[in-house]
Amino acid sequence: MRLLGLPPGQDIIPGREGPLIRGERMENMNAFLLEYLPIIIFIGIAAVIGIALVVVPLLIAPSNPDPEKVSTYECGFNAFDDARMRFDVRFYLVSILFIIFDLEVAFLFPWSISLNELGPVGFWSMFVFLGILTIGFVYEWKKGALEWE
Amino acid sequence: METIKVIDSLHASLDLALPEVIMALGAMALMMYGVFRGEKSFSAVSWGAFGLIVVTGLSVMDLAANDITVRTIGFSGAFVVEPFSIFLKYLILAGSGAAVLMAMDFMKREKLARFEYPVLVVLATLGMMIMVSANDLISLYMGLELQSLALYVLAAFNRDSLRSTESGLKYFVLGAVSSGLLLYGCSLLYGFTGTTNFDALAKVAAGDLSGSAQMGLIFGITFLLAGLAFKISAVPFHMWTPDVYEGSPTPVVAFFAAAPKIAAMGLFIRVTVGLFPVSEGVEQPWQQIVVFVAIASMVLGAFAAIGQTNIKRLMAYSSIGHMGYALVGLSAGTKEGVDGVLLYMLIYLFTVTGVFVCILAMRRKEGMVEHISDLAGMSQNHKIGAFVLSMLFFSLAGIPPLAGFWGKLFVFLPAIQAGYILLVVIGALASVVSAFYYLRIVKIIYFDEPEGAFQPQPMALRLILAVSAIFTLGLTLFLQVPREWTSFAAGSLF
Repeated sequence: MRLLGLPPGQDIIPGREGPLIRGERMENMNAFLLEYLPIIIFIGIAAVIGIALVVVPLLIAPSNPDPEKVSTYECGFNAFDDARMRFDVRFYLVSILFIIFDLEVAFLFPWSISLNELGPVGFWSMFVFLGILTIGFVYEWKKGALEWE
Repeated sequence: METIKVIDSLHASLDLALPEVIMALGAMALMMYGVFRGEKSFSAVSWGAFGLIVVTGLSVMDLAANDITVRTIGFSGAFVVEPFSIFLKYLILAGSGAAVLMAMDFMKREKLARFEYPVLVVLATLGMMIMVSANDLISLYMGLELQSLALYVLAAFNRDSLRSTESGLKYFVLGAVSSGLLLYGCSLLYGFTGTTNFDALAKVAAGDLSGSAQMGLIFGITFLLAGLAFKISAVPFHMWTPDVYEGSPTPVVAFFAAAPKIAAMGLFIRVTVGLFPVSEGVEQPWQQIVVFVAIASMVLGAFAAIGQTNIKRLMAYSSIGHMGYALVGLSAGTKEGVDGVLLYMLIYLFTVTGVFVCILAMRRKEGMVEHISDLAGMSQNHKIGAFVLSMLFFSLAGIPPLAGFWGKLFVFLPAIQAGYILLVVIGALASVVSAFYYLRIVKIIYFDEPEGAFQPQPMALRLILAVSAIFTLGLTLFLQVPREWTSFAAGSLF
């Protein structure tokens, strides 16, 4: 298993030949899990603090709401309309298209500087990728996804 | 006995993946044809997609004929072809071909005739074929996502229907969560073994591992199986199934019900039995997971379906239960067990496709109906259709001379031989409970007051139903043929 590139360190017990016996395995497992004890303690403390911060105000904070206190605050004048207004779906479309072609460029950069090492297979692989992307681009163009109106 | 053929050159690797290459190029060509011809091209693209699936099937057949009898590995270990994956590819292509044919008439009538449907089915099929041929965590994930992304869009295909978009969104969000679990499992497996290749992973797992590596592998395989259990809709990752089945257009559901489950089950088998083979008398950790998931799926599938009034929801719970039965065979971890699972998936594909053809036929003058009560008195107006549908439900329930019985028998036998008596007893009891709701439908078809006739069906649907009926009714006569095939396919994994 050393040949297969196991990470060095605690995985291989030094000075030990032959299979592990069952009890030994369990002991190792427990020792391994013990390493994660601080995380459990951390989760416990975080949970206690989080719950306390929610529960304590409920119990001891004074609560007497009136309409002015609970209304939406907007810089001195009355709120114009609801904060949950509708967006045009085209904004999402443009942002998704941006991400796709942004990623394409992100792939192209490492490819272009390592072309020396990649050889013809690496070179043409990128062209296959670009070709597939172009087909998607033609599709969205014909579908009218790039037109604002 | 075990031999592995490794292919070094890229050219020979591409030959190995020829069906996938044909499928990918064909999908892109169809998409270009569709987008340039406009919305009117639905029929042409559908027939094109069907032709493409047939051609791909022929190319798989060509590979099978080219003496691929052992694991043949290409693309530097990322891609594997053997009788096991070839068998699954046939099933997947059959399911997809049926889905394309079933949709044609329906989509036109429901004003959904957009050419994207066949293209998405082809892309999803391509993803599934890569899934069952994956020999590396990377190609596993690539195939899985290609399949899933196409399926999310298909679920929301009827975008003007609130229920369809809701089901698509639910499927997408939950699917993304499950992909996250699966990726986490992959990262653990890689972190503790230092490799993503399945052959290397299997070698590391078979060696002597220290406690921490052992523990890491168990966590990794658990997360991986959680992600895959979502894809085959096994309890406790089944919650999306009823809503997606109910909301999506019926032909899409017919597609969901068979092909993606077959592909995910193939992957399930490969990462369990393939990575962590079961040796005599030593139980692998994944077996406990499979046993639990199988029991939970069978029991939930049996009890939750009882109260359903919508036939698509009922089929959703039925499919959850059937995945549980299939996993019973896998829990044994033996060659016979995998053999049983493959036979079960074959029978499930034929039966469930037939049932969905019948659900597609539930159409009156005013439109589609999908309540179980709408089937009332179907036997008065459609004698043959009612008989076939009843037989299909008998088969799903596992009543002896029909196909479903043999499926259950050959997944239960290996589990008994492996000593999982309790699992099999629970499975048998759950199948008794599930027989109640299948038989209730048969009772509604034959003994309730007639509700009025359904509209006639197009020829293609009748043809699919005929194939399904002949297979389900006549399997007993030629059981040896699929049995030999599945045992040959299962043998290539061991």
